[in-house]
Amino acid sequence: MKAGKKMKISIDRLRAWSERDTDRDYPFIPAEKSPEKEKREAPDPNRYKNAFEIRAFQKVYNVFSVVFCLTLIAVLLITISYLPRFGEAGNPANNEVEQRYIEAGLEETGAVNIVAGMILDYRAFDTFGESCVLFTAVTCVFILLKKKPTDAERENDRLYEPKNDAILQTAAAVVVPFGILFGIYVILNGHLSAGGGFSGGAVLGACLVLYLLAFGFEKTERFFTERTFRFITVIPLTFYCLAKSYSFFTGANHLESHIPLGTPGAILSSGLILPLNICVGMVVACTMYAFYCMFRKGSF
Amino acid sequence: MNEWVRFWICAVFCIGGIAVILVSTFGVYRFRYVLNRMHIAALGDTLGISLVLLGLVISKGFSPVSWKLLLVILFFWIASPVAGHLIARLETTTNEKLSEYVREERDDGSL
Repeated sequence: MKAGKKMKISIDRLRAWSERDTDRDYPFIPAEKSPEKEKREAPDPNRYKNAFEIRAFQKVYNVFSVVFCLTLIAVLLITISYLPRFGEAGNPANNEVEQRYIEAGLEETGAVNIVAGMILDYRAFDTFGESCVLFTAVTCVFILLKKKPTDAERENDRLYEPKNDAILQTAAAVVVPFGILFGIYVILNGHLSAGGGFSGGAVLGACLVLYLLAFGFEKTERFFTERTFRFITVIPLTFYCLAKSYSFFTGANHLESHIPLGTPGAILSSGLILPLNICVGMVVACTMYAFYCMFRKGSF
Repeated sequence: MNEWVRFWICAVFCIGGIAVILVSTFGVYRFRYVLNRMHIAALGDTLGISLVLLGLVISKGFSPVSWKLLLVILFFWIASPVAGHLIARLETTTNEKLSEYVREERDDGSL
């Protein structure tokens, strides 16, 4: 009863905050005493019928947990002692594969950034799998958390977040435009410098979330609905699959792929890597934004 | 000679920044209440990181890297206080026992 009342007051205050009815500000003076932790009494083990077995089990459990941890530590340390020394020339990791990447990577993929050439050309199917994992994760979150908004939520779409916090809005107005520009720059320069679809997409997604946090669902609904989400994730994934299937098919059969590699270092170069970076970036940004919306509200 | 002066200025800035970050990390564990912890954590986020990055800027001189580092400092100074403000506001609106930890100041300034 008491807890229920407290809870209600708390929700009322939260709602008042979210609707910005509180004109009251709270200037702070540091706490004089630290909040004491409530001491909880240990339950009396004798109250159970099989108290003896419980106590015996606890002792055996303590001993076995220590023995188990020590055994695990010993096994892992012994395994580590069999590993080859770090950085030696004869290690299994130093083989012809990475030699090939370093020597012929620029020529074969056209990407100045060797990492981009590796993950989006030589090992493009691996990256495709990663994008699909993101897609699967967001689908699972949809299955678990998606719900229709209630009437109160439809009436006031900012039930769960601060409404019109002036400081947050000012900061978001400064940060979001530059952040989105920076994200696009990182994605488009993925084959020339460090970066690429995953990092640039994460920047874009974070900027979208910040914009939503500051200005509310009302503003983001104008350009990002569930329909937009579906288009922006499914079309890039399909394009990725088809484009890379084509290039792997021609490559495996020693056919000419007719995809120009361009001059290395130019922004329009390195064949399929630039479009694939854009696809990955779109998928990552949408996934981050969708996660946030699902956990926050249950719909876009 | 010039290089040495630059190195030592850079080192002083970096070590000072690391000391501030250490103090703030210690404080986060030492304090018990949200607002106190937040206060001391913000110190490391703004002053500590900006001192370390300023040291790196001095060591690099005028170069593209130092302009980027200055932008990073600017971003931290915008982002961290705003996040702290939101957390503090949430704490004051949702904590039922607020008056046990915090004395509220009335409009005329008395406690």
